[in-house]
Amino acid sequence: MTIVTKTAEPVVTRISGPIVTAVGMYAAQMYEVVQVGSLGLVGEVVRLVGDYATIQVYEDTTMLKPGAPVRCTGAPLSVWLGPGLVGSIYDGIQRPLPGIEARSGAWIRRGEKVDPLDTEKRWTFEPLISSGEMVTAGQAIGLVVETPLVNHRIMTPPDISGTVRSIVDKGDYGLLDPLAVIETATGPREVTMLQRWPVRVPRPISERLRITEPLITGQRIIDTFFPIGKGGAAAIPGGFGTGKTITQHQLAKWSDAEIIVFIGCGERGNEMTDVLREFPELKDPRSGRPLMERTILIANTSNMPVAAREVSIYTGITLAEYYRDMGFSVAVFADSTSRWAEALRELAARLEEMPAEEGFPASLPTRLAQFYERGGAVTTLAGEQASVSIVGAVSPPGGDFSEPVTQHTRRFIRCFWALDTELANARHYPSIHWLHSYSEYVEDVASWWKKEAPDWIDLRTEALTLLQREDRLQQIVKLVGPDVLPDGQRLILFIAEIIKDGFLAQSAFDENDMYCTPERQVMLLRIILTLYRRGRDLIQGGVPLARIRSLGCVPHLLRAKTAFGNRELEKLTELEGRIMEETETLAKEYAKEATPICTPLLT
Amino acid sequence: MHATFDVEDHGLQYVGASRIDGPLVVVERIRDVGYDEIVEILDYAGRPRLGRVLDISVTQAVVQVLEGTTGLSNQSLHARFLGESFRLPVSRQMLGRVFDGLGRPADGGPSALSAERRDVNGMPINPYARRYPREFIQTGVSAIDGMNALVRGQKLPVFSGNGLPHDRVSAQIVRQARLLEEEVEFSIVFAAMGVKHDVAEFFIRNFRDSGALARAVMFFSLADAPSVERLLTPRVALTLAEHLAFDCGQHVLVLLTDMTNYCESLREVGTARGEIPGRKGYPGYLYSDLASIYERAGRIEGSPGSITQIPILTMPSDDISHPVPDLTGYITEGQIVLDRDLFQRGVYPPIAGLPSLSRLMKDGVGKGYTREDHPILASQLFACYAYVKRVRGLADVIGEEELSTLDKQYLKFGEAFEMRFLNQGEYENRSIETTLELGWDVLSTLPKDELHRVSDALLKKYYHEKEEAPICATPLQGA
Repeated sequence: MTIVTKTAEPVVTRISGPIVTAVGMYAAQMYEVVQVGSLGLVGEVVRLVGDYATIQVYEDTTMLKPGAPVRCTGAPLSVWLGPGLVGSIYDGIQRPLPGIEARSGAWIRRGEKVDPLDTEKRWTFEPLISSGEMVTAGQAIGLVVETPLVNHRIMTPPDISGTVRSIVDKGDYGLLDPLAVIETATGPREVTMLQRWPVRVPRPISERLRITEPLITGQRIIDTFFPIGKGGAAAIPGGFGTGKTITQHQLAKWSDAEIIVFIGCGERGNEMTDVLREFPELKDPRSGRPLMERTILIANTSNMPVAAREVSIYTGITLAEYYRDMGFSVAVFADSTSRWAEALRELAARLEEMPAEEGFPASLPTRLAQFYERGGAVTTLAGEQASVSIVGAVSPPGGDFSEPVTQHTRRFIRCFWALDTELANARHYPSIHWLHSYSEYVEDVASWWKKEAPDWIDLRTEALTLLQREDRLQQIVKLVGPDVLPDGQRLILFIAEIIKDGFLAQSAFDENDMYCTPERQVMLLRIILTLYRRGRDLIQGGVPLARIRSLGCVPHLLRAKTAFGNRELEKLTELEGRIMEETETLAKEYAKEATPICTPLLT
Repeated sequence: MHATFDVEDHGLQYVGASRIDGPLVVVERIRDVGYDEIVEILDYAGRPRLGRVLDISVTQAVVQVLEGTTGLSNQSLHARFLGESFRLPVSRQMLGRVFDGLGRPADGGPSALSAERRDVNGMPINPYARRYPREFIQTGVSAIDGMNALVRGQKLPVFSGNGLPHDRVSAQIVRQARLLEEEVEFSIVFAAMGVKHDVAEFFIRNFRDSGALARAVMFFSLADAPSVERLLTPRVALTLAEHLAFDCGQHVLVLLTDMTNYCESLREVGTARGEIPGRKGYPGYLYSDLASIYERAGRIEGSPGSITQIPILTMPSDDISHPVPDLTGYITEGQIVLDRDLFQRGVYPPIAGLPSLSRLMKDGVGKGYTREDHPILASQLFACYAYVKRVRGLADVIGEEELSTLDKQYLKFGEAFEMRFLNQGEYENRSIETTLELGWDVLSTLPKDELHRVSDALLKKYYHEKEEAPICATPLQGA
């Protein structure tokens, strides 16, 4: 290859969908942002060969012509970080959707350029340091109340540390106003509220920590059976119609993370509208404030350009890392990572890369690993404990979990919530299957639960064992019917039904049921298992199962999850008392009758 | 292959191509041509056909010829680049007309007169500008209204199989669809891709008989039309639908049939271009491509109109995990699945109870929309019917006689659900109240205690008390 020294003005030479080739790009950098054509379509350099650059364009390239000018910006694709992010909704390359609407109406026109944050808006800045002090990289120099839920810390960028030469007084400042001057080893540097950070580069941390605390989601099957730790990574795979999105929405609504980043990546437009409509109205169960005050939305729906879909994941995680650096616990929900992987595949195919499994590029596992590894529990540069938890939805074609995206994702997550079509068909939601799912965080969070409810781990194990035994018994039932089973085994079937209907199935729309506190979760399960233990004893005492089934408390137990709210725990205690009473009466009745020594288990 | 060109009114005309391969033509030494630009290709006799640019470099353009390449030759072909992407003149006057797959009159009438010409690719709707769809559409079909309700602005496909009555079902939906409170009639935009003439005939006849023809626009790219043309047909149809909905403020029902044929055309072109195939040979971008069609449904804040989409597709060998239904299901807001088993037992419409789903139902039914008990009733029917399937499996093995009393009741319920609730006449238009009453009627064949999902208050209000006492509670007391 000849080395080109003299470069003419860069121009487009070839267009194939979102992939554009340009010549005169000898000085361009990998992943540099460029503006293509007279409309200035935003693109990113993804390959450099001699004087030619391959550009991935984030907007529709219709009627772009060879010979159109290309303008280099000299910087990689970066996001703006500063107050005003929370409560915003962005597209994949951090353009605010309301801003685009204001300029081009209901349809997204090409070449629109809107600043991610409002540079005019003034925020009240309260300094935390004074001049002459030493500051380290990532240290908070002041506070801005971003929303009633978020105290935004203005930090020194990760590459700035030294002595504070000057700092402004408390007052109202814009994003670009200099707030402090820091004397660094390489000279004085100004600090403003605004930082920029390249999306493909993880923000630095001090060290990684072990996960010890669960991310409480208020969803019984998750918190009690398959918990995710703060800083953990989980996947929700499921075919269409199994409720991935609803489950993701539930988690985004009720998780006890301080900041939520929701990435709608290649999914339906109406779903994002649903979030936009619902989140400002819903109240955070802990603070009572609107959920939108802690949420950032990234919406790159399926009909928006595919290259922007690829980058939306990185945009989202970078915003999450920024809030993590302030010491917050952040949760990222990506719906769906399969659409992201498909964007990778589509772009790789246009770049004529050699495909690996099912046409996906060979780099798919690396890319997935890079994404999930940006989560974690950490000590920040400022020395605080913080976390980024990641929950990625996976949409396997045909609901088949052996496809590459699901398989590779499994390698980089430790919590797997497998959605099941059969459960979804029976409208059992969340349709997370108790036998196919797992969590490797159980041990990590057990000590936290021990303080909350000492018997959590035992209840969990007992319930899961019951469900496993029920599954085996169902194999027999399928062949010969339930009537031939002895009452002891039929009791297991009966209790398993109660666990499924009365505990695991949880309505996302019922006021009492949509969010279940850890305390109530454990109580509910404890009561169900009380009935099981009492029932077991009764059957041994010769009581037929039919009598246990028709106990007055059973329908109440099944409806307890919706009948009582999180603050009505005493009603659950009452119910438990009733179970004890009724089973006691039954036991007495049979104790009188059962004088014969041997009661055969015939019904 | 020496390209010469002469200047005409449209600009440059190129003579000769370097390669013709399937639907693709490669034109060399081009100047000032854009990506996705429309090309007019003239054959040796000067007859024009349309094409569009798929890939373009400084020296050559790859053109996809929409009307087939039969009769074109490298030597004599003329190519004229029209300087814009594919546009459709749109106007309200197009209602009541029939057009071909590219939007040209096919009923002998004049071309649509309009200054408004729209790019058929459309633009993505800003999710921030969307209005969440929530007005219930009564279709008069119990299986849909009761269990999988359709709302205005939704995209709800019909998954069918060869030989199943999807045409009749969708014609019935179009005929009966209306809103509960308003007397607004839907405008209908109908696009047929690769279907046979008699299917087109069926719809025309049906629309005429029901008087819907005057407010319908039809685009036909029938089975004998060049397959590549189909790639534009749904886009052409939706471009007009967008005009009617968001410029003229109408409520538009868009019927697209059959999406499987559309996907096959896409595969054909992909293969001809030498693209790396994905699952079953379909291109890797099938999802994005389908999304660019299906996502053109919905409502927009501040606009009175709406687009409701009912795409119809046939599942090859009834396989719901085939890429076409699979990817469609991931984009659309639910699916109405037709079931061969029900069909063979004479149930019409044979809408499968369990795999059918409407994602937007939750927001369009219930108190303030239809009736308070609607969501719970649907959920309970689903749960009970799911159990019926299990009992039937069991009955196949051990025989019906061996089942418990309760399980036998479930079988009865299943029978009643299918024959009375699902089953209805092709011209029977049930109001939502009728559907809900029927639902309770069927549900009341089961004892009250089995209806775990229904609250006591609703049970008291809607459960049809039967003469016989619920089983197991009292008789066993004395055991």
